[in-house]
Amino acid sequence: MTAIADRPTGQPPRPPAPGVARPAPGPAADEGLARRLKALACTAPLHDLESRKVNLAGEYSSYAMAEIGLAVIDLVTLNMDFDTGADRDIVLGRLHPRVAAQNPGRPVAEHERVARWVLESLINVGSVDRGFRAVYGTFGSDGSYVRRDYDFKLIEEVPGPDGGVYLRTTDEAVNVLVGALDTDVTSAQIAAEVKLEVLISRGRLADAQLAAEQARYRTVQYAETLRRALDATRRNVRAVDWMQAVPDLIDEALDHIADRYRHENAILTNIRKARDESEDAEQKRRAAELVDIVKDCIRRHTQLQTRLLEAGPLFRAEQDRQAFAAPTARSGIDLYGQLLAPLLELPIDQATRPTDAFFARGIGLRTPVSVRVADLVELLLTPPVEREHLGAELPDPDLVATPDDSRFTEAQLESALELLDLPPDAPRRLSGLLAEARERDAELPYLVALLAVHAASPPVGTAYRQGEERLLFAVDDGTRLDDWEFGGADLIVGSALLDAVGMAADRKDAS
Amino acid sequence: MSTDTWEPEAEPQAAPAAAALTPADVADAARLVSFGLQAKLLPARDAEYADLIRRHREDPAFARLADAVATGMGLVVLEVSPRAGMAVAADEDSVFAVRMGDYSRRAAGETTDRFLHGLAHLAVAAMAFPRPEDLADDGYLGRITVNGIDAFVRQACRRLEERAEAEGTNTDPTTDAPGLEAAWRVWARRSATGATKDARRLSGSTIGIVSKAVLFLVDSGFLQKTSDDAGGTYRTTARFQLQVRDLASSAAMAELLDLGVVPVSDGTATLLPADHSEELVADAGLPFHSL
Repeated sequence: MTAIADRPTGQPPRPPAPGVARPAPGPAADEGLARRLKALACTAPLHDLESRKVNLAGEYSSYAMAEIGLAVIDLVTLNMDFDTGADRDIVLGRLHPRVAAQNPGRPVAEHERVARWVLESLINVGSVDRGFRAVYGTFGSDGSYVRRDYDFKLIEEVPGPDGGVYLRTTDEAVNVLVGALDTDVTSAQIAAEVKLEVLISRGRLADAQLAAEQARYRTVQYAETLRRALDATRRNVRAVDWMQAVPDLIDEALDHIADRYRHENAILTNIRKARDESEDAEQKRRAAELVDIVKDCIRRHTQLQTRLLEAGPLFRAEQDRQAFAAPTARSGIDLYGQLLAPLLELPIDQATRPTDAFFARGIGLRTPVSVRVADLVELLLTPPVEREHLGAELPDPDLVATPDDSRFTEAQLESALELLDLPPDAPRRLSGLLAEARERDAELPYLVALLAVHAASPPVGTAYRQGEERLLFAVDDGTRLDDWEFGGADLIVGSALLDAVGMAADRKDAS
Repeated sequence: MSTDTWEPEAEPQAAPAAAALTPADVADAARLVSFGLQAKLLPARDAEYADLIRRHREDPAFARLADAVATGMGLVVLEVSPRAGMAVAADEDSVFAVRMGDYSRRAAGETTDRFLHGLAHLAVAAMAFPRPEDLADDGYLGRITVNGIDAFVRQACRRLEERAEAEGTNTDPTTDAPGLEAAWRVWARRSATGATKDARRLSGSTIGIVSKAVLFLVDSGFLQKTSDDAGGTYRTTARFQLQVRDLASSAAMAELLDLGVVPVSDGTATLLPADHSEELVADAGLPFHSL
């Protein structure tokens, strides 16, 4: 990260005349400069990817690493859920086609390695904080020049409810990605959607898609803001202003969702129309993609709404519980209010003193282990237990052969099917078939009768979909079956030929 | 660990107090202390332990003897009761004390890591006993989750960050004075978790640090695991409450006062964090369990 660190310090034109006439940029100008320097620093890890790729063992110069890096940030942002982040494997999987397209001749393993390297570089695996640091300079209130550290992350790893590790893009990364997002999320989104509507109504789908994607980024960011607010609400009942602030926030969010639903459903109707009416294949495709994007937006809103509705009941339950708890006579130290909170504000050098004291007195005791030489010798002489690479051996399950309890044998089924393999132009009466079957085998008539009854309502739809060429059918024309074993109708059994080729063609048309 | 090694140490103190005491009494007293050192053992689970506890409560001479044995070994007796057993804590320079260097090698060298490990322990206690009453109430059982603790500290950090932003303060630390960085930033910028090659917890991440603290406290007999949810769910024991209430919090508070920070409290639950971690929300379980 030296590349980043050098950049801000390499801006010496301001400080050289400290004593005589400092350029007096004013706090606002200074702050603006600092902000821009920070924004610049956020892009540095991407440039860094390009410059560091030569250090990789192997020939990697033909990969555009910055492009892959931006794609990773894109993918993580889009796959981020309200609750957790994006799944690492899904992100890598979706990234793979782009990496592979850059260098199709190379082996798949190399593509995967590149994708992983880029992702890990953006997380900055290897640094203890898993983040980046840039240095920038500001003027203090007394006019002195101070260098400061700016710590940021682009992709962070968060725990999921299942104990796994998920990825989230940080605000900084979204800023790098979309740019100029330092605005009110709501108003930015409204602006984007108005623009989208106008674009769609004019039929400019290419532009509309761009706008819709931007709107989705904003939706995600809005959800993120709300998620944090709700988390805070849940965690700390009394810390939050439940009279005013939280209900206002929830109302605002619900209004926002209602509004967006209306908006997005209107957009959806419009795009669907554009998709269905458009003659141009490219136009159709774009419209279809747009439908997906807007659907995703709606899905995210639904998710958000569910969370909002859950917040109220939980809050009430918590309040009930705390309000009705019997107060105790004694009072202890308020660990959070009197210890943790004031401590967090201290400079790190001082803050370690109370934490060290707490650690020393609060950790409990350990009985020291004393080693006997006799034990030590035995311990050292014991050969290490070899760990099985594949774990313990699985016992072979004892399989008991289940008795074959089917009523008819394979040979009987074959025989019956052969009997029923009727030419399409010559259907037969069931009575005739039964008589013939009886000559072959005493059991066979039952099977033939069963198959014939089954054929009374042939699964035409299934056969049609599966593209079968013929189908056994049975029709009742009112004649009674005169048989000493079976009763009912003397069915007419026959084969119907299906037009497989025609059906396939139909299917193609239909889709 | 045999009981007879303690006798010579304890006898000179105990002898003048009660002349009628026999070596067998001393052996019993030392036996009680040795039970107390086995932090996970409860009197309810061991008849001999329960008998000795009863004797400690009923026989003042024996009680003095047992306390003297403990003191001589560098132990502080916090409480002797059927619920907590003989709750003893290690004196600062006793052989039973745990040092930061033994706890985590990395923490011994790095200030930031030392701070994070210490803060993790404090945060476990703060979440286990969110209100002053909870710490004071003997019947109270705290319930914590590993992920919940990290989320809770992060939220506290975020609140400070937001406040600094609202005040327009630049919290970015000066490059040549890293020690002046605000403590909350250290936790906030450390990654919460991270993927590792062998699917274990990343030990340097905040969740890794908290989970190390929690596992250690389980070994100290301070926490009991109840489930694997949310990175591990645990409930507190009576010993933990005693240790935090009588030793750790006051020691930390003394340091804080020494630094000139005087936290003001009106003694009621004005100071907050009834911390309800996300996981508790998901399972609709309540975080506190008053018996």
